[in-house]
Amino acid sequence: MSIAITTQFICFTVLSLVVIIGALGVVFLESIVYSAFLLGGVFMSVAGLYLLLNASFVAAAQVLVYVGAVNVLIIFAIMLVNKKEDLKPINDIKSRRVISTSICLTLLSLLIRVDLTNVWSLSSPQNSIGEESTIRIGEHLFSDYLLPFEVASVLLLMAMIGAIVLARRDVMSKDISTGLPVDQELIEKSSEPLLTNKN
Amino acid sequence: MNLESIPLQAFLIVSSALFCIGIWGLLNSRNAVRVLMSIELMLNAVNINLMAFSSYIDNNLIQGQVFTIFVITVAAAEAAVGLAILLSLYRNRVTVDMESFNLLKW
Repeated sequence: MSIAITTQFICFTVLSLVVIIGALGVVFLESIVYSAFLLGGVFMSVAGLYLLLNASFVAAAQVLVYVGAVNVLIIFAIMLVNKKEDLKPINDIKSRRVISTSICLTLLSLLIRVDLTNVWSLSSPQNSIGEESTIRIGEHLFSDYLLPFEVASVLLLMAMIGAIVLARRDVMSKDISTGLPVDQELIEKSSEPLLTNKN
Repeated sequence: MNLESIPLQAFLIVSSALFCIGIWGLLNSRNAVRVLMSIELMLNAVNINLMAFSSYIDNNLIQGQVFTIFVITVAAAEAAVGLAILLSLYRNRVTVDMESFNLLKW
């Protein structure tokens, strides 16, 4: 990439601020819908970080898969399950918060310490292959990473079938082996339809 | 350190912060959809790490980018299956509160 170093720094600062603040918003905001849209913003900024790292193909894949598929899927799930409910209060919520926050902060300080103190053996001409990275990824996928590539396709097929089976409403009306009607209580507890308007 | 570009450590620190935010959300969210979102955040943090290393340390054989593509694939599959499980849980329990999914509690 041949943009000036100052521009790179400005882009990096803006993108990482958007990533961190957006992620904090995803975790802390009350409304789950705002969180989902902020998550889309985080994914887009991560794609921008990939562009700064000279990886245009992965940035495009990030936008297509995360923003185009995962985020839309999450928004659909929110539409399906978004019911206002009063959560039961947990009595030891305070100690839980304290413990988890301290664990996270400890882990963060540990990771940052490793990041800053370790001596990374950087390769000297940085970003030398640049625009060739897409070609290189294709070569990898069809030579030394061929088996993981094929396994990934099987994994996607399995995930697709599994998602369909899990999300189907009428799982089975009668038992395959005996032919008797299946006790629907075991499969589905409530008979009220999913998309009723409660108000 | 080469001052002509962004240091590697900057990327690593961003990804560490993102990962820890994801862990916090995973531990503290009560909405199951938000838990899935936190997992996606953590996967993205790992991806930033892999991409930064592949660009700064291994920039001839960019194996980190190939790994990132595999991680993106697995994340997509995980999101699909996770949300399907969530819908089926919601049908059975009529709630998305993580505290009420205690079937496996001893």
